[in-house]
Amino acid sequence: MTAPPDDCLARNEWICGAYLSSRREILWDAALQHLQLTALAVLTALALAVPLALAARRWRWAAGPVLGLTTILYTIPSLAMFSLLLPVYGLSAALVVTGLVLYSLTLLVRNILAGLRAVPEETRQAARGMGYGPLRLLLAVELPLALPAAMAGLRIATVSAVSLVTVGAIVGYGGLGNLIYSGMNTYFKAQVLTASVLCVVIAVAADLLLLGAQRLLTPWTRRGSES
Amino acid sequence: MKTLSDTWSWLTTATHWSGPDGIWNRLGEHLFLTVVCLLISCLIALPVALVLGHLGKGGALAVNISNIGRAVPTFAVLVLLLLTPVGTYGQWSTIIALVLFAVPPLLTNAYVGMREVDRDVVRAARGMGMTGRQMLWSVELPLALPLILTGVRIAAVQLVATATLAALAGGGGLGRIITAGFNLASTPQVVAGAILVAVFALLVESLFEAGQRMAPSRGREAA
Repeated sequence: MTAPPDDCLARNEWICGAYLSSRREILWDAALQHLQLTALAVLTALALAVPLALAARRWRWAAGPVLGLTTILYTIPSLAMFSLLLPVYGLSAALVVTGLVLYSLTLLVRNILAGLRAVPEETRQAARGMGYGPLRLLLAVELPLALPAAMAGLRIATVSAVSLVTVGAIVGYGGLGNLIYSGMNTYFKAQVLTASVLCVVIAVAADLLLLGAQRLLTPWTRRGSES
Repeated sequence: MKTLSDTWSWLTTATHWSGPDGIWNRLGEHLFLTVVCLLISCLIALPVALVLGHLGKGGALAVNISNIGRAVPTFAVLVLLLLTPVGTYGQWSTIIALVLFAVPPLLTNAYVGMREVDRDVVRAARGMGMTGRQMLWSVELPLALPLILTGVRIAAVQLVATATLAALAGGGGLGRIITAGFNLASTPQVVAGAILVAVFALLVESLFEAGQRMAPSRGREAA
């Protein structure tokens, strides 16, 4: 008869090196799924939010419905959102991505719209006076000036999405949330803690990455007075 | 279409509304969790934010706590607490996780509200010989109230939404109808639960909005 191994896994400790080394692949796969779901959702939301924000600014009557609808979507609890989409998508990753897209839309549309509306009228007039057409005005003047506000929204949306992916565990596509969910059912402390910490690390890393991108894209905000 | 009619018949079945697993009981649990957590969060966050805002210190702290709060998945906190000794005391792990989640928006909004009070007004109050305590209670707090209430509203709506996650960790509330539906592989029940949760969340949101819309006009009349 062999005695059971006396390591941190057997003792079910919170912090466990043996867990990290023996389950490296499970962790890696879960983190990868987490990243894919987040990236897909945020990028899709961004692709939808820009035209929606532009439409809401172009036509005054469109602003109310667009903002109202996205706010209502944002109010619906995540668990309910994923469940409401169940008849449409079944148990799939598309369900989680769609839910996250709907959440990110509010934050992105609001911020892009605020950024566009904050472009000074004088700037617009100056560009027109220099012979800029509507498209060139939008691409070369308005969108760059709206970038800081838009990036602020993108950062919040991304960080929130990383944390919301975990709820996708209810349909089996929750990235690291899957490990938290199964760890809860089996009382596996090391797995729950490791997956939770990885979630936070991913969120913070994504936030810093976007902050860096924002600095590179908007060098003029750093020139002159540091405000 | 089939799912919709099945959902409708699930919702209109009288037995689904009564009993310990019934909708009324789950709604009561949900409301209880939300109200208790909102009260505890306000008791923790508002005094701290008011004092820090009055002193003009800790702005970076408030913002950072808010950002970190967003990055930490509530579901993870819930499960982590459940596996600690706290988890053996009934609802406490759920309540603590929800309070941790609701404190950041309350703290940030109340702090910002206190700081955005017109500095000239504060200086005038000081010139009239008001003490710090008097300024806090009769000048800064009333002027900051709209933003503080916005924070309370955001926290309340997010609490309603997040209290559903308690069901994932075996707690009560409306989310339980959804998780039970998943366990039974009953799509109509899942969708019915989701609709109930969504309607409840939207109802709370519109209640707060209506309340806020009425509040400023009353403030003006009194002034």
